[in-house]
Amino acid sequence: MKARFALRASTPWWRGPLLVGVAALLTILISAIMIRWAGGAPIPAVRYMFISPLQSRFGFTESLLSATPLVFTGAAVAIAFRAGYWNIGAEGQLLAGTIGATWVGLHAEPLPRIVGVPLILLAGMLFGALWALTPALLRTRLGIDEVVTTLLLNPVALLIITGLLNGPWRNSESGFPDSDVIADSTKLWIIWPNTRVHFGLALGVVVIGLCWWFVGKMSGGLKLRAVGLAPNAARIAGLPVERTLLITALVSGGIAGLGGASEIAGVAHQLTTGISNNFGYTGVIVATLASLSFIGALLVALMFGVITVGSFSASRALEIPSQIGQLVQAVLLITVVCALVIQKYRVVWSTKKIEVSK
Amino acid sequence: MIDVTEEIISSSLRIATPLALAALGELVTEKSGVLNLGIEGIMYGSAFVGIATAAQTGSLTAGLVAALVSGAIAGLIFAFATVTLGVNQHVAGLGMTLLMISLCNTANRIMFTADGGQVRVDPWKPINFGGPIFSQYWLTYATFLVAVPFVWWLLWKSGLGLKIRAVGENPEAADVAGVGVAKTRYTAIIIGALFMALAGAFITLAFVGTFTVNIVNGRGWVALALVIFGRWTIGRLLVGAALFSLVNAGQLQLRLLPSFADVPFEILLALPFLAVIVGLAISGRNVPYPGSYLKPYKRL
Repeated sequence: MKARFALRASTPWWRGPLLVGVAALLTILISAIMIRWAGGAPIPAVRYMFISPLQSRFGFTESLLSATPLVFTGAAVAIAFRAGYWNIGAEGQLLAGTIGATWVGLHAEPLPRIVGVPLILLAGMLFGALWALTPALLRTRLGIDEVVTTLLLNPVALLIITGLLNGPWRNSESGFPDSDVIADSTKLWIIWPNTRVHFGLALGVVVIGLCWWFVGKMSGGLKLRAVGLAPNAARIAGLPVERTLLITALVSGGIAGLGGASEIAGVAHQLTTGISNNFGYTGVIVATLASLSFIGALLVALMFGVITVGSFSASRALEIPSQIGQLVQAVLLITVVCALVIQKYRVVWSTKKIEVSK
Repeated sequence: MIDVTEEIISSSLRIATPLALAALGELVTEKSGVLNLGIEGIMYGSAFVGIATAAQTGSLTAGLVAALVSGAIAGLIFAFATVTLGVNQHVAGLGMTLLMISLCNTANRIMFTADGGQVRVDPWKPINFGGPIFSQYWLTYATFLVAVPFVWWLLWKSGLGLKIRAVGENPEAADVAGVGVAKTRYTAIIIGALFMALAGAFITLAFVGTFTVNIVNGRGWVALALVIFGRWTIGRLLVGAALFSLVNAGQLQLRLLPSFADVPFEILLALPFLAVIVGLAISGRNVPYPGSYLKPYKRL
């Protein structure tokens, strides 16, 4: 007996949701095993992680806060991947955005808020796009694989932040390697009173909406998708493939950088080396789980916000490592991606060996 | 001056060891037409599993074996996703990396750092054949004297290597000729993952003797770049590894000079990464990607 996968002629509508459900259950099972190993009780831990953040106002709004950077990185990765540009540098671009934002934040004391806020966001966006520029030019001018170059620039961005925080931006009061607090005029508005939910979330939703509208409805978006689906066909059809890739890469970097600015101006109010909790890499998971749909990325980001807050409360209550939140996200990525492929196939058990003509 | 030169060459060889091992692994994998972005995670996983096992059993050899097993398992999962299922290789590889990193960080927390401690072992000692250059870890000698010729023989002289290259260039033709595409790719991915695991184990069991978060620190991505820089040949790949390691060892020495005391050392740490990108810009144009690079194969 030999098992073989064969493409299904038609996929019943219920197989997709069913397999994704199985993937989710498998993920919960694997996390339960890890929690058990950490000496925690799995069932309360799973309830803490996935359900309890939704049961209190505090948990819900903190989830929204945790989701905010992922909305940006999810959108950044999704738009790049839609164009077939494998930008895995959202991490570095977000970090570059935090540098630009902090720079404005530290020097914008005399400005009114209505000037300061757009300025800090713009700086984040510009720095993010700038960080994406080199790999994009190398790809479009010289044909050098963007996967490697975007990946390599991620640790560089973090090193620059560490350098700045150990040098010119060292905290002037405590002497610790955190920057000073940014000017009040550059802090984002709180949009949900008495919580930490800030204007960045609204901005993220707007970015998602714009991406959805542009990629889905505009002729430029159609070009972008064509370049992503069939670059050679697009080139023959006379589309400016290289220019489309370059612009998409810069937009993607800009969105990630905007996410960095939103973190600085919205919640952290200072630069630290831990400013990004793997937001860029998680953005790849978010975009992939959403099948590169922008609305889907928003929903997945919100779900990941819940898991992040949930894993911290589970960690506090049950003394299990909070790192488990990221583990759940990674396991979910692999199981769901496999499930989405499996749903298109059926297993054929064949006893006969396929003859190969000699 | 001679001392400094010798010191730089000596530490270059040390720095180059995990890079060369990981890049050889990625080379074998990519020759079969599969890109393994799990490289960083497989190195991270074996770095942790290696030292965790060594700390528990008190034997560095047991740690090395466990690291290899972890690499093989990770390779197997990656091969199932990309070869059997045909999942997008970028996504599966990055997913594998994120999985291994989060898994090891969680396990590290549970096993060692929950009470503020840190895992420590007595690492391997360099074996001295005279002078700083020939005072290296056994795995460094093994890498350049055994692993490099072995991979060259494997890919370009052995029957399996011919199959791997055939499958990587033209899976349809290989299939018609009776070469099992899936089987060959599984083999290549697992051999590749074993080399990546050696690289990871070297970092913790020889280099540092401890495990900290982010210990691999982008070495996997550098190895990935070296394969492209090397245009999928071993000679050029080693030149790339040597150049990178020289820049890295050079910046370590620069830091000791008084005139560089004012330069933030982070800038110097970033230099090797930038050097790789410059190297790619110069040498990475029109590179001969394997014919079936990134393409899953299904006989339908």
